[in-house]
Amino acid sequence: MTSLTAKDKDTVRSFWAKVSGKAEDIGMDALARMLIVYPQTKTYFAHWKDLSPGSAPVKKHGITVMNGVGFAVEKIDDLKAGLLSLSELHAFTLRVDPANFKIISHNILVVLAIMFPNEFTPQVHVSMDKFLAALALALAEKYR
Amino acid sequence: MVEWTDQERKIIAGIFANLDYNDIGPKALRRCLIVYPWTQRHFSSYGSINTPEAIQSNQKIADHGIKVLHGLDRAVKNMDNIKAAYTELSILHSEKLHVDPDNFKCLSDCLTIVIAAKLKDAFTADMQATFQKFLAVVVSALGTQYH
Repeated sequence: MTSLTAKDKDTVRSFWAKVSGKAEDIGMDALARMLIVYPQTKTYFAHWKDLSPGSAPVKKHGITVMNGVGFAVEKIDDLKAGLLSLSELHAFTLRVDPANFKIISHNILVVLAIMFPNEFTPQVHVSMDKFLAALALALAEKYR
Repeated sequence: MVEWTDQERKIIAGIFANLDYNDIGPKALRRCLIVYPWTQRHFSSYGSINTPEAIQSNQKIADHGIKVLHGLDRAVKNMDNIKAAYTELSILHSEKLHVDPDNFKCLSDCLTIVIAAKLKDAFTADMQATFQKFLAVVVSALGTQYH
């Protein structure tokens, strides 16, 4: 959709600085919610023994996902180039349908609202939403 | 027809019984207008809404947010036939207000986030699933009279 303005980038960077300390909790809760609220996403994790919230695989993968988001914040000035190898991973190995990027993004936003109700203002919300959408686009770059 | 478990009915009844419409309504609509600015197209007669600050302080927007949130009441009262309950409102949104039904999803997402921020950890994944299912059913019902 629309590209990130300088203001968006500043907003994302300063909000991320506030919340990144809780990245693991955010990732775990967002992933757990995704698996419950959008059960079709469980199809990607058939190889896990335990998909319940708080389980070891959900916890671990939540951390992995949020580390990716943190990495993307660092690369915010050129997401396409910065996320090239992650895109290749998602395109050729994981083959996650890109529609699911929207789903995990939504759940990340819900968790941010829960954990940071005062900081997650509408202005922060719109910049984060744009950022996650741009991230998803960069991740889908190598798909076809 | 949409099937609701007893637990789902309880969750929806609980959310709405404890809902502060005067707080949540304005917050949800304001957030929608800020996060999805194209939705502002329906509010050009509401006065100043061209900055987030203007939106936050606009009383007409706040009042309208409360009205829209109460629009969900008829779904809460008619869980077993939400489609029929919204025929009238669907015609209104289509023929009089000319609202793109995709906009309903924008407002739904903002409402979910505003409620999540209010309830915090009490807004469990199960509650989120049920609430999102409820909103999706209402959104679908609002779209039925678009021809």
